[in-house]
Amino acid sequence: MNKESCTLAPTRTWSPSFIITGACPSMLVNRKVRGIGFFRLAFFHPMVLPMVSAATIWMFFFTPDYGLFNSALRFLGYGGPENWTGNPNMALLAVIIVAIWKNSGYYMIYYLAGLQNLPRSVYDAAALDGANGWQTLWLITFPLLRRTTIFITIVAFIDAFRTIDHIYVLTSGGPSRASAVLLFELWLQRFEYQDIGVSAAITVVFVIVLVAFTVTNFINSERKEA
Amino acid sequence: MSVSISSPGRLTKNLGNWIINLLATFLALLWSVPVIWALIASFRPASDAMSRGDIWFSTSVTLENYLHAWSLAPFRQYYINTIIVVLTILSVQLVTIVLAGFAFSHYKFFGKRWIFFFILLQMMIPTSALLAPNFATIRWMGLFDTRLAIAIPYFGSAFGTFLVQQAFLAVPRDLVDAGIIDGCSWWQLILHVYLPPSIPALVAFSISSVTWHWNEFLWPLIITNSDKSRPLTAGLVRFTQLGEIGAQWSLLTAATLMVIAPLFITFLIFQRRFIQSFLHSGLK
Repeated sequence: MNKESCTLAPTRTWSPSFIITGACPSMLVNRKVRGIGFFRLAFFHPMVLPMVSAATIWMFFFTPDYGLFNSALRFLGYGGPENWTGNPNMALLAVIIVAIWKNSGYYMIYYLAGLQNLPRSVYDAAALDGANGWQTLWLITFPLLRRTTIFITIVAFIDAFRTIDHIYVLTSGGPSRASAVLLFELWLQRFEYQDIGVSAAITVVFVIVLVAFTVTNFINSERKEA
Repeated sequence: MSVSISSPGRLTKNLGNWIINLLATFLALLWSVPVIWALIASFRPASDAMSRGDIWFSTSVTLENYLHAWSLAPFRQYYINTIIVVLTILSVQLVTIVLAGFAFSHYKFFGKRWIFFFILLQMMIPTSALLAPNFATIRWMGLFDTRLAIAIPYFGSAFGTFLVQQAFLAVPRDLVDAGIIDGCSWWQLILHVYLPPSIPALVAFSISSVTWHWNEFLWPLIITNSDKSRPLTAGLVRFTQLGEIGAQWSLLTAATLMVIAPLFITFLIFQRRFIQSFLHSGLK
């Protein structure tokens, strides 16, 4: 019964890492610097790629021995296990890395839009009060972007549930189901084992979880607004 | 006096800016590596240098990988299938969302709020969650392994309905009333009053719809069984699993880039449009 943990692990890791990878670069990109086009292109281009193409490219990076990812890690002094997609402890992490690479640009857009709508006057007041950059970031920018953060959390959560293209390509849910998330299990039960009953049960659980999550979030955010 | 106070402050600020710029550049380069690597690898001859993963330093460039990949799998048929599926979905969606959006913005009827709420709730349940029941329905309809089967589950769009409803609500009521007084029928109202100011919303929806369905994988994989209906994404995965491909990365990257090329090039040209439409399309 580690399917639940398998599904929840990515969502737990995904959402915060999306918020970090989405928030940080967007703050960087939001500034007026030269070559802004290059930055936007660099962060946004993965989101128009099909997940299977992204995973196919990353398949090479994770290749043991001569794969680019491992070569880079070795260069930095990493000497641990190298077979990312074949190691039960690392398969899920490998899958998450690909998802972060592909999706963070998408979450970044929302932070960018949020940042551009922030009221200038609050920052002027903070500057008058002598707040430093760090204080401004933690006490003003992040609280003001709360709604954006909630929205991105919901989207990232649902994305983590519904995307298994990269898992199919990279690990096929293995080794020994270490990277089989809920939807992958559903696919496996229905189309590999032909077990219609179990797959129907998983579908029901799946829908209930998603609806419960969304409704809770919705009620929560509406109540705090009032 | 004032100089001696402000200069350390400015110094740290400049230093901070430098660090942030450096960090941003580093991250941006890191993010670009996979696609750039794939691009270079696809033009390198499939020699043994490739199998060691060392592709950066070489001057030999070849198109052979693309030609070889194209000949190994029916990519032409995959292209046709993907384009037909994407266009079918988009054209049907545009009709259904405009009509539904019109109903929900123009008319008052019993249970309107509840019906709309259930449509919105549906946005939260991704189509992939309903793989098994959808599969059963398609089989029952006798459409298994057809292009139509790939498209059918997406004929209605909760998100699109919401987007159009919002756009139509923004149309001034006076304008609608004037249309009614001039004797417009309901479809003339849509065509001449509601649609013209809503074009940007529809363009945004179209971009995200095309991107989404061009890239979709799991549903087409399940519902197709032969090359006559298989789209690019499922075709690519099948290609990577071909026995003779093995770990020939130059072939794999060439095939991958062939699959992403049209959308990717369009994205490079209309970057801002794409980003805007993704921003508006929340939950695809």
